[in-house]
Amino acid sequence: MPFYSAIAASGAAVTVLGGVAVMAVVTWFRFWPSLFGEWLSSLDHKKIGIMYIIVAFIMLARGFVDAAMMRAQQAIAYNSDGYLPPSHFDQIFSSHGTIMIFFMAMPFLTGLFNLIVPQQIGARDVAFPFMNSVSLWLTSAGAGLVLISLVIGVFSTAGWTGYPPYSETQYSPDVGVDYWLWAVLVSGVGSTMGGINFLVTIVKCRAPGMHFLRMPLFTWTALITSILMIFAFPALTVVCSMLALDRTLDFHFFTNGDGGNMMNYINLFWLWGHPEVYILILPAFGVFSEVVAVFSQKRLFAYISLVLATSAIGLLSFCVWLHHFFTMGSSETVNSFFGIMTTIIAVPTGVKVFDWLLTMYRGRLIFKPPMLFTIGFLVTFVIGGLTGVLMAIPPVDYMVHNTTFLIAHFHNMIIPGVLFGFLAGYMYWFPKAFGFKLNEWWGAASFWCWIIGFYLAFMPLYVLGLMGMPRRMEHYDIAAWQPHLIVAAIGAFIIFLGIVCLGVQLAVSIRDRKQLLDLTGDPWNGRTLEWLTSSPAAPYNFAVLPKIEGIDAFWHLKEHGLAYKRPAKYEPIVLPKNSLIGLFIGGAAFAFGFAMVWYIWWLAVLSLAAIAALIVIRASDDEPDFVMPASTVQAIEDERFEQLAKAPRNEMEDEPGFVGFPAPEAAK
Amino acid sequence: MALSITLLCGGCGILTSPDLNPKGPIAHAERQLLFDALSVMMIVIVPVFIMAALFTWRYRGSNAKARYTPKFDFYWPLEFLVWGAPLAIIVWLGVFHLWPGTHRLDPYKPLPSDVAPLQVEVVAQDWKWLFIYPEQDIAVVNELAFPVNTPLSLKITSDTVMNSLLIPSLGGQIYAMAGMQSRLHLLADEEGEYWGRNVQYSGKGFADQQFHAIAMSRDDFDAWVAKAKQSSGALDAAAYQALAKPSSKVPVTYYSGVEPDLFDSIIAKYAHGHDRLAAEAAEAGHEPAQP
Amino acid sequence: MSAVAANFTETPIPPDEARGYEEKAFGFWVYLMSDAVIFALLFATYVVMVGNTAGGPDGATLFSLTRASGETALLLTSSITFGIATVEAARGRRDMVLIWLLVTAALGLGFLFLEFGEFSSMISEGAGPQRSGFLSSFFTLVGTHGLHVSLGLFWLFVMVGQIVTKGLTAPVASRLMRLGLFWHFLDIIWVAIFSIVYLPGLL
Repeated sequence: MPFYSAIAASGAAVTVLGGVAVMAVVTWFRFWPSLFGEWLSSLDHKKIGIMYIIVAFIMLARGFVDAAMMRAQQAIAYNSDGYLPPSHFDQIFSSHGTIMIFFMAMPFLTGLFNLIVPQQIGARDVAFPFMNSVSLWLTSAGAGLVLISLVIGVFSTAGWTGYPPYSETQYSPDVGVDYWLWAVLVSGVGSTMGGINFLVTIVKCRAPGMHFLRMPLFTWTALITSILMIFAFPALTVVCSMLALDRTLDFHFFTNGDGGNMMNYINLFWLWGHPEVYILILPAFGVFSEVVAVFSQKRLFAYISLVLATSAIGLLSFCVWLHHFFTMGSSETVNSFFGIMTTIIAVPTGVKVFDWLLTMYRGRLIFKPPMLFTIGFLVTFVIGGLTGVLMAIPPVDYMVHNTTFLIAHFHNMIIPGVLFGFLAGYMYWFPKAFGFKLNEWWGAASFWCWIIGFYLAFMPLYVLGLMGMPRRMEHYDIAAWQPHLIVAAIGAFIIFLGIVCLGVQLAVSIRDRKQLLDLTGDPWNGRTLEWLTSSPAAPYNFAVLPKIEGIDAFWHLKEHGLAYKRPAKYEPIVLPKNSLIGLFIGGAAFAFGFAMVWYIWWLAVLSLAAIAALIVIRASDDEPDFVMPASTVQAIEDERFEQLAKAPRNEMEDEPGFVGFPAPEAAK
Repeated sequence: MALSITLLCGGCGILTSPDLNPKGPIAHAERQLLFDALSVMMIVIVPVFIMAALFTWRYRGSNAKARYTPKFDFYWPLEFLVWGAPLAIIVWLGVFHLWPGTHRLDPYKPLPSDVAPLQVEVVAQDWKWLFIYPEQDIAVVNELAFPVNTPLSLKITSDTVMNSLLIPSLGGQIYAMAGMQSRLHLLADEEGEYWGRNVQYSGKGFADQQFHAIAMSRDDFDAWVAKAKQSSGALDAAAYQALAKPSSKVPVTYYSGVEPDLFDSIIAKYAHGHDRLAAEAAEAGHEPAQP
Repeated sequence: MSAVAANFTETPIPPDEARGYEEKAFGFWVYLMSDAVIFALLFATYVVMVGNTAGGPDGATLFSLTRASGETALLLTSSITFGIATVEAARGRRDMVLIWLLVTAALGLGFLFLEFGEFSSMISEGAGPQRSGFLSSFFTLVGTHGLHVSLGLFWLFVMVGQIVTKGLTAPVASRLMRLGLFWHFLDIIWVAIFSIVYLPGLL
C-alpha cells in the first residue's frame, strides 16, 4: 500500500474512489444489465472501438497527471528536493511513458481502426469479432495492472524502456518492474492479435470493387500498421519474457555477469520500439489524409505517392533501430549506416507533408476543429522532423542523446503527430459513432490550448537539451535551467486547459445533442465509404454491400446519384452473437499478471487454466453467429431513410464542393 | 509566436550553453555538424512554413476570389519535386556530413596530437565517478583534471548498471557498461572548470551523479597530481570495495595509489566470455577482484 | 483453402461460411508468421549467447546426439501421422482420423518425455538455465518449442473430443486443418533447432 507518501496515497485514493464512483453511477442508473448485455459482451467492432477510445481517454488523464507532476517537480527542484522524493519521481516518469505509449496511444489507434476501417472498406465487421473482443480486454487488463500498481505495491522506476541491468532484481528488487513487464506483455499479446485481425479484415473483407489502390488512406495506414504490429510485437513479447525469466526464475539474459548481456535487450527492445513509433504515427497520418481532403473540399493530392510513402515508411521502420543507441560503441560504419537509413525515412515523410499541403492548394478550406489540428500538425511536426534528422547524425546524437533535447524531439513527434491526429479523428468521426457532432467552439479552444501549451512545454526542453540537461532529473543545481523549466510547467498547465476543454466539449455536446444531430450519416460532405452508413451505423453497417468504382468511393456514388438507392428487397444478414467470454479472458489475464507480479503461484495456474477452459468453450461453440432476418433489416433501413428525408439542411450544402445528398424521393 | 517567446526567454541561457559554446575541438566539430545539417534542412523546412501559412490564408473558405480546383489531384512536375527535393537533401547530408562526420568523430578514434595523450580509466559506480590515472598511479572520485591541449584518452566501464558519460563542453557521450570497455577521446583547448555527469538514468542517486572536469595548464596539472599523491589513503582492494557501495553526493576524494590492474579486474568480474577474460587476467598474473 | 475445408465434408458449404474458413486459415497463417518471428529472435539470441557460458558447461559437454536424434525422429514421424490423419479426414473416415490423431499424440508425448528427461538431467547436473547466459537462452529456445508442442497436444486432445462428440463437421474439419498447420510448423522449427543448436553444439 502506498503509505510512503501523502501524494502517492492520494493518487491511490483517487484511483479507488474513481472506480467506486463509476460503479455507483452505473448502479444508480441501473445500467448494469445493459452494460454487460450491450457493451462489455459486444462483438460489434463499433462498440469495441468506442470502448477502446474510452480506455484511451481515461489513461490520457492518468498519464497527463504524471506529466504535470514531473513538470511541477522540475520547475521547483533547483537546489532543492522539490516535493517528490526520487523513488516517487522515478515511478512517475516510468508510468507516464508506459501509459502514454501502451495504454493511451495504442488503444486510441486500435479504437479508431475498429470504428472506421470496416466501414471504410464496406465490411460488416472485422474478420474475427471474438478475437477483437479478446484484444480489447487484454489491453484493458494491462491498463488495469498499471492502475492497480498505484494502490497495491509500486510501479517500475526503470523508465518506459526498462533497460537492464537496472531493471534486473539485483538493482530493482521490488515489484515495480514486474508490474511494468506484465502490463506490457498482456497488452502486447492483445496488440499482436489486433494486428492479425485488421490485416485479415483489410485483405479479405473488402466490398466488391474495393481494390487495394482504391482504399482510403486511413485504411492503407491501418494495413501497414497491422503488418508492423504482427512483425514487431513479437520482439517485445520475446524481450519482456526474457526479462521476466531473469527476474522470476533467475535466468541470465541481461544480468551483469554470469554470461548475461544487456546489449541484447537494447537491440531487441528497439527492434520492436522503432516500428512501434510508426505503428503510432501512421494511423494519425491516415486521419490527416482523410481530414485534409474533406475540409479542403478537394481530392487528396497524389494518392499513389501517399500510399507508396506509407509503405516505404513501414519497410524502413525495421532498418533504423540502432539509432536509439549510437552511443553504445558500435563502429563508425555501423553508426553511419543506421544514421543514413534514419535520414532516408525523412524522404517519404516529407513527401507526405508536401502532398497534404498540395491538397490544400486551390482548395476551399473549412476550419473545423479536425482541420485546425491538421494544420497545427503540419507546421509543428516539421520541427520535430528537423530535430529527428539532426539526431540521426551520430556525432550530433553523442551530444544530445539522453538529454531533454531527445525528450523534446519525440514529444514533438508524438503530440502534434500522433495525438493531434487522434484528436482530429475523434472529432471528425464522433458523429459516426454517436449520431451527433461535437461542439466546434470548445473543439477549437482545445486545439489552441494544446498547440500553445505544446510550444511552451517543449521548446524550452530543446534549449535545455543543448544546455546539457539530462532527462529524468529529480533535482538539479544549475540555475540557468530553472527559467526554462518554469516555462515548460506553464506549458503543461495550458495543455491541461486543453484537456479540460475536451471534457467541456463532450459535456456541452451531449447537452446540445438535439441541435448537433446528424441525421444524414454524412455531416462533412465526406468522400469515403464510412459516411454512407447512418450515424451511428446499423449493426451490420451496410444493408447491401456497396459496389466500389474508384478512389473516394462514397463521393463517386454521390456524384452518380447511387449513394442512397434502395434495393427491391433486403437479405437476411449473419452477425456475431454477443459473448462475455472475451471479458472473462481479459479478467483471467489480469489475474494472471497480478499473480506473476506477486508470485502467487496458485492464482497464476488457476487463471491460466481458466483461460484455457474459456478458449475451449468458445472453440466448441459452432453457432457463434445469428441471422438477422430480412424484416428486421427492412425495419432498420426504413427508419434510416425516414430520417434521411427529414434531415434538416446541412451547413455543408452552402459550400462550393458540395456534391449532393439523397434526393428525398429515395426515401419513399 | 509561442516559439519566439520561448526563444527570447531562452536566448540568454542558450548562448552560454555548453553545447553551443564548445571548449574543445570535438564539441566544436559536433556543433558544426549540427549547424550544417540545420542549414541544409532549412531548404525543406522553410517552404513548408511558407506554404502552410500562404495556403491557409489564401484558400480559406471565405475567400471566393481564390482558384478552386476540386479535382486537381496530380501533377508530375510537382510530384517529382516533392520526392526529389527531400531525397537530394538527404543524399547531400549523408554524403557530405553524416558519413564523413561519423567517421571523423568516432569516439573510439585517438586524436591526432604532438602531445602524448593522458590515459584515464573511468569507472561508473552508484552514484559517482571514479577516475584512475594509471600513469600517475592516483585515483580521484568525482573530479577529472587534465592538462589543456592534451588529448584525453578515456577507457570507460561500469561497476553497476548502465551509465553514460557526458561532458557537454568537450564533446559527446558514450555508455559505460559492466564487463565491457568503451572509449572516448576528448580534448580541451581552453582552461576552465566544466561539468560532466552520468546522463543515463541509474537509480535514486542519479540526479547528483556529476563531477568536475577541470582543464588546467601543464604546471597546474602536475601540482594537482602531487596534491593527490600526498593524500592519505591508497585505493587498494578493500578501499575499492568500500567505495563501490552505493552512495550519493560523494565529495571529491583523492587516492595516492591504486591497486594494480584494478580497472581490468572490474571488467573481468562481469565479462561475458568470462573465462577467456578471467583466464587472460589470471595469466597476466593478477586475481580478479572479489565479487 | 476453402477447397481444403470443403474436402472434409460431404455436404457443400455455403459460400458465406466457406469465406469464414478461408479468413480463419489466412489469419492462422499470419499468426504463424508472427510466431516464426518469435522463434527467429530466440534463435538469434541463442546464437549471440552461445559463448556466454560463464565458466559453466557448453553444448559439447551437455548435448547428446542420440537423444536429439530420437526427439527428431519422434517429431518428424508425428508430422507424417498427422498427415495421414488429414488424408483420412478428407475421406470422411472418422475412426481412422481418431486413430491417427492418437498415434500423433503418442509420438508427441514421447517427444516431450525425451525433452523433459533431457532438461531434468541437465538441471540435476547443475546445468540449469540459472547457470549461464548460454543455458538461459538454450532452455528458453528449446523450452518455448516444447511449450508449443504441449499446447499443440492440448489442442489435439480437444480436437479428438470434438470429433467424438460432433463428428467431422465443417467447423471441426477447419479447426483440424489449422491444427495441422501448427503441428507441421513446429516440425520445421524443430529441424531448425536440431541444425542450429544440437549439430553445431556437438560437431
